[in-house]
Amino acid sequence: MSRSAVLFSALTLLYISTGIIFSWNLALSILIMGLLSSIMALGVNIQLGYAGLFNTGIMGFTALGGLAVVLVSAQPVVAGWNAGGPGILAGLLLGAATLALTIFIWNRMATGRVRILITIIILIIGFILFRTVIDPAIIAVETNDPASYGNLGGLGLPSLLAWPVGGLLAAVAAWAIGKTALGLRSDYLAIATLGIAEIIVAVMRNEDWLARGVKNIDELPRPWPVPYEVVLQKDPSFIDWALRWGFDTVTSSTIIVKLCYVVMFSLVLLPLIWLSERALHSPWGRMMRAIRDNEVAASAMGKNVTKRHLQIFILGSSIVGIAGAMMTSMEGQLIPGAYNPLRFTFLIWVMAIVGGSGNNWGSVLGGLLISWLWLIVESLGPGLMIILTNGIPDGWLKTHLVESAPHMRLLTLGVILLVVLRFSPRGLIPEK
Amino acid sequence: MDFLNALIAFLNFVFVPGLAYGAQLALGALGITLIYGILRFSNFAHGDTMAFGTMVTIYTTWGLQAAGITLGVLPTALLGLPVGIAATAFLTLATDRIIYKFYRKNKALPTVLVMVSMGVMFVLNGIVRLFIGVEEQNFADGERFLISTGDFKAMTGLAEGLAIKSTQAITVIVAVLVVTWLFWFLQKTRTGKSMRAFSDNEELALLSSINPDRVVQMTWIIAAALATIAGVLYGLDKSFKPFTYFQLLLPIFAAAIVGGLGNPLGAIAGGFIIAFSEVTVTYAWTKVLTYVLPESMAPKNLIQLISTDYKLAVSFVILILVLLFMPTGLFKGKSV
Repeated sequence: MSRSAVLFSALTLLYISTGIIFSWNLALSILIMGLLSSIMALGVNIQLGYAGLFNTGIMGFTALGGLAVVLVSAQPVVAGWNAGGPGILAGLLLGAATLALTIFIWNRMATGRVRILITIIILIIGFILFRTVIDPAIIAVETNDPASYGNLGGLGLPSLLAWPVGGLLAAVAAWAIGKTALGLRSDYLAIATLGIAEIIVAVMRNEDWLARGVKNIDELPRPWPVPYEVVLQKDPSFIDWALRWGFDTVTSSTIIVKLCYVVMFSLVLLPLIWLSERALHSPWGRMMRAIRDNEVAASAMGKNVTKRHLQIFILGSSIVGIAGAMMTSMEGQLIPGAYNPLRFTFLIWVMAIVGGSGNNWGSVLGGLLISWLWLIVESLGPGLMIILTNGIPDGWLKTHLVESAPHMRLLTLGVILLVVLRFSPRGLIPEK
Repeated sequence: MDFLNALIAFLNFVFVPGLAYGAQLALGALGITLIYGILRFSNFAHGDTMAFGTMVTIYTTWGLQAAGITLGVLPTALLGLPVGIAATAFLTLATDRIIYKFYRKNKALPTVLVMVSMGVMFVLNGIVRLFIGVEEQNFADGERFLISTGDFKAMTGLAEGLAIKSTQAITVIVAVLVVTWLFWFLQKTRTGKSMRAFSDNEELALLSSINPDRVVQMTWIIAAALATIAGVLYGLDKSFKPFTYFQLLLPIFAAAIVGGLGNPLGAIAGGFIIAFSEVTVTYAWTKVLTYVLPESMAPKNLIQLISTDYKLAVSFVILILVLLFMPTGLFKGKSV
C-alpha cells in the first residue's frame, strides 16, 4: 500500500475509534470541522504549496465568507433599509469611486510633486464626502431598534447560495489586496496580510449596520436540505423509523443532521480536490511550480509572474471564503469576536504544512488530523488534566492547571509544527 | 481663540501618550530589526517573546509585593525587570540552540525560518496562556501620576489640564537609557562592532575571525532584553493581556519596516512615526479645535478621522505606503 493509503486508513481508524470509545456525535462534529478545515487548508496549499505565497490573512477570508452568509440569507430589516440603506450604499460607492479615481490619476499623470499633491487633494475631498454621506445614514440604521436589529439585514435568500457568494466576496477582497501587496517580498506579504485580516475582522466587529458587530447575528437559516433536530423529533415518520431500529430519537436526530453536513461538505471538498489535482498536473500547474522554484528564470521564460501570483492568490482566497461561508451557515450564527488568527490562520497553516505543502491530498490529511487533535484536546483536555494532576493535593495549583488545560492545544500544535519542520519538512505526504 | 489651552489639550491627549507609545514600539522594533539584521529572518515570535518576559516580570513583581518589598513611588515591576530579562534571555538562547541553530547551519531559506518562528510563536503563546491565563493583568503600583490634571490646573490656572502618568515618564526615561546604551554598545565595544560587521557582510566577518556563535548569542540576549523591557513598559502603561501582545506584532513590524529593516536608528524613528500617526488619526479633535477656531466655526460633533477600533489599520496603511514607494524604508535598510 502506498504511504498516503496507509495514512488515510489510520485516520479513518482514528475517527471510528473516537466514535466507538466516546460518542458518534463527537466523532461526527470533529469530522465536520475537519472537512471544513481541509477545504481551508486546500486554499492555503494552493497559495503556499503551488506558488510559495505567504498569506497569513486566512482568518480575514474566512470571516468574509461568514459575512456573505448574513448578507445573503438573513432576513432584510425593512425599517433599517428605509432609514439609511440608500445612504450607506451611496457612501460606499463614493468611497470606491474616490479610490478608483485616485489610482486612475496616479497612473495617468507624470511623476512629480503635482501628482502627489493632486492625489492627496482627491483623497481628502473624497474622504470628507464619504463621511458626510455615510455618517448620518449609519446613525439612522443603527438607531433602528438597536436591541434586536440596528442593521440592514440580508436578502433573505437560501443559505446554500451564500457559499459561492462567500467565495466571490473573498475573491474580490483578494483581488484588491493582491493588487497592492503582492509585489512585496514574502515576509512583508505575510505581515501585510496579517494586518488585512485584523482589519477585516475589526470592521465586522465595529460596523453594527453591517452585521450587528459584536452583538452577533443568530438564527441564520440552515442550508437546504439539512433538517432541524426539533422538527425531526416531532415528525411521526421519523419517530416511527427510530423506534423500529431501536434508536434514541434525540441522539439519532442530531446524528442525522451531522451526517447531512458531512455529505454536503464532502460534495464540496471532493470536486475541489479533483479540480486542484487537475490544475496541478496541467501545464498551468507546472508553470506555477516553475515560478515558485525560480521566479527569475520563469519570468525570463516569458511567464508573467505578478499576474500568475494574483491569479493564485484570488483562487486560494476564494476557496477559503467558501469554507468560511459553509462554516457560518452550519453554525447558524455569525460571531465576529470568535475570529482569532491563531485558530483561523495559523492552525490552517499547520494543517497544510504537516500534511505536506504542495500536495492536495496532504492538505486534506493535515486538515482532518489536526482538527481531530485540536477538538479532541478541547473536549478531553480538562478530564485528562484531572487525571494527570491526581497526585497533587487540591488547591490553587491544581485548579489553575485544570482550568488552563485548553491552552495546552497551542503548545502541542507549536511543538508538532516545529517537529514536522525539523524532521519531515515536506510533510506527511510529500509533494511528488 | 485660546492657543495655550489648545496646546495643553494637544500635549495631554496626543503628544504625551504618543511619545510613550512610540518609545514602547521603538524598543520592540529594535529587537525585530536586530534579529533581522544579524539572523536574517522576520521573527514572528517577537510579540510573544515580549509577553513571556512581561509574564515573568509580573510574577516576580507579585512575589516581591507579597514579601513586602516595593520601590516606593516607582513601580515594583522595575525591580522584577532584571529577572524577566534573564528568564527571557535564557529562553531565546534555548530556542536558538534547540531550534534555530539547525536551520542556520543548513543555510535554510528565510521563508522556512519565518515558518519556524511561527511554530515558536505558538509554543510561547501556549506557555504564556498556560501560566498566566488569557485575562487582563494590572501590575502597576507606586505613584500613579507625575503631574495630575488637577495639580496642573492649580499650578497654571489654565482651563485645560496636563496629566503625565508616572508610567509614561518612566517609559521615556528607560527607553532613552536603553537606546543610548545600545548605540554605545554597537558603536564602541568589540562585540558590538563584530555584530555590525556580521550584519553588513557575513562572509567577510567570518574571514576576519569573528566568532559567529558569539555574535548570534549576543543578539538573542539583547533582543530578549529589548523585548522584555518593551513588554513591561507597555504593560505598566496600559495593561498586560497575552492577545494584545500578539497583536502588537503588526505595529512593531510596521515600525521596523518603515524605518528600514536591519537599521536600528530607523526602528526608533519608525516606532514614533507609527505611534504618532495612530494617536493623531484616532484622536477626537473637537476639544483642540474648539479652542483654536472662532466660536462660529466650532465643531459640534467628534472630529475623529477614524474610530480607535481601527488603529491597526493606521500601521497597516503606513506600512503598505512605505513598502510601495520606498521598499527599503525611510532609512536605508536591507532588502534581501
